[in-house]
Amino acid sequence: MSETPSALTRLVKGFGRFWWDFLVGDTPELFVAALVIIGATALLSEAGHFNDVAIVVLPVLAVLALAASLARAVRTSRRK
Amino acid sequence: MFVATSVSSGTIVLVGAVFLASCVEMVEALTIVLAVGHTRGWRSAFEGTGVALLVLAALVAGFGPALVHVPLATLRLIVGGVLLIFGMQWLRKSILRATGLKAKHDEDAIYEETVATLREAGDTPGRDRIAFVMAFKGVFLEGLEVIILVITLGTSAHRLGLAAAVAAVAVVLVALCGVVVAKQLSNVPENALKMSVGVLLVTYGTFWTGEGLRVRWPGGDTMLLGLAAIYAVVTWLFVLVLRREVDSRNQAVHA
Repeated sequence: MSETPSALTRLVKGFGRFWWDFLVGDTPELFVAALVIIGATALLSEAGHFNDVAIVVLPVLAVLALAASLARAVRTSRRK
Repeated sequence: MFVATSVSSGTIVLVGAVFLASCVEMVEALTIVLAVGHTRGWRSAFEGTGVALLVLAALVAGFGPALVHVPLATLRLIVGGVLLIFGMQWLRKSILRATGLKAKHDEDAIYEETVATLREAGDTPGRDRIAFVMAFKGVFLEGLEVIILVITLGTSAHRLGLAAAVAAVAVVLVALCGVVVAKQLSNVPENALKMSVGVLLVTYGTFWTGEGLRVRWPGGDTMLLGLAAIYAVVTWLFVLVLRREVDSRNQAVHA
């Protein structure tokens, strides 16, 4: 017999679910891409001191991430 | 002269992002509140809306000032990352909707669906809890996204008061429009609004992710306008390319 979860448990689960849907949802590739963008920029700017390169790489990676996610959506729609 | 220009660039993008995002989310919340009000009566709809707005206001009052104590570079990196993800999600969705690869957000359909759910629920004794919960959830969940944007954009730009005021103006304006047009919210160009917000959120996300990682942007805050222009052009190109893909697919189906 399963116990009914307490109000606190439901609150914590609901809070976690909200953030999961908010940040990951049905586009996990964009979440991963943001981590890659942050990592690459950190390497270039903080570790390598390549500020000029970081200025270009950051928006270019964002555009590439969006392109990859759109390509995935197109592939999925083709299969339907 | 330069300081005045850079301040106004940042302010323009901040006001635009908060205002448009608040309008989009408010239209979605208002659709639910109108459905509840027309179907189950206005008292519970207003009570649910009022309580949700109070809880949201408490969240801003609680978390907004607390975030000011987080080191600015850390705050901007976290906020930049969140806005980058959220902005790319909005842009992706609006591009797919603009090209017909995803169904458009239909407020009329959502309204009818909500009305049907409420009618099926039947009457409850005493206070109408179902109507209250439905209105509360609609306003709270849509409002929570606005609150996250207001707090993150406002605190990172040191303009929490301005961001909150702009969001409040958007909420009041959409509510007034809702009263005037009753339930014809489907006339709002929601996808175009969502696309503009997506461009602005990715712009801020890029800018603050860079700032958080000590990237020195040429021109300071003025770079926000440059990034917004780049992302707007890229979005337009994506829409063009994907429309061509959809057209050729449709031609292949009809051939």
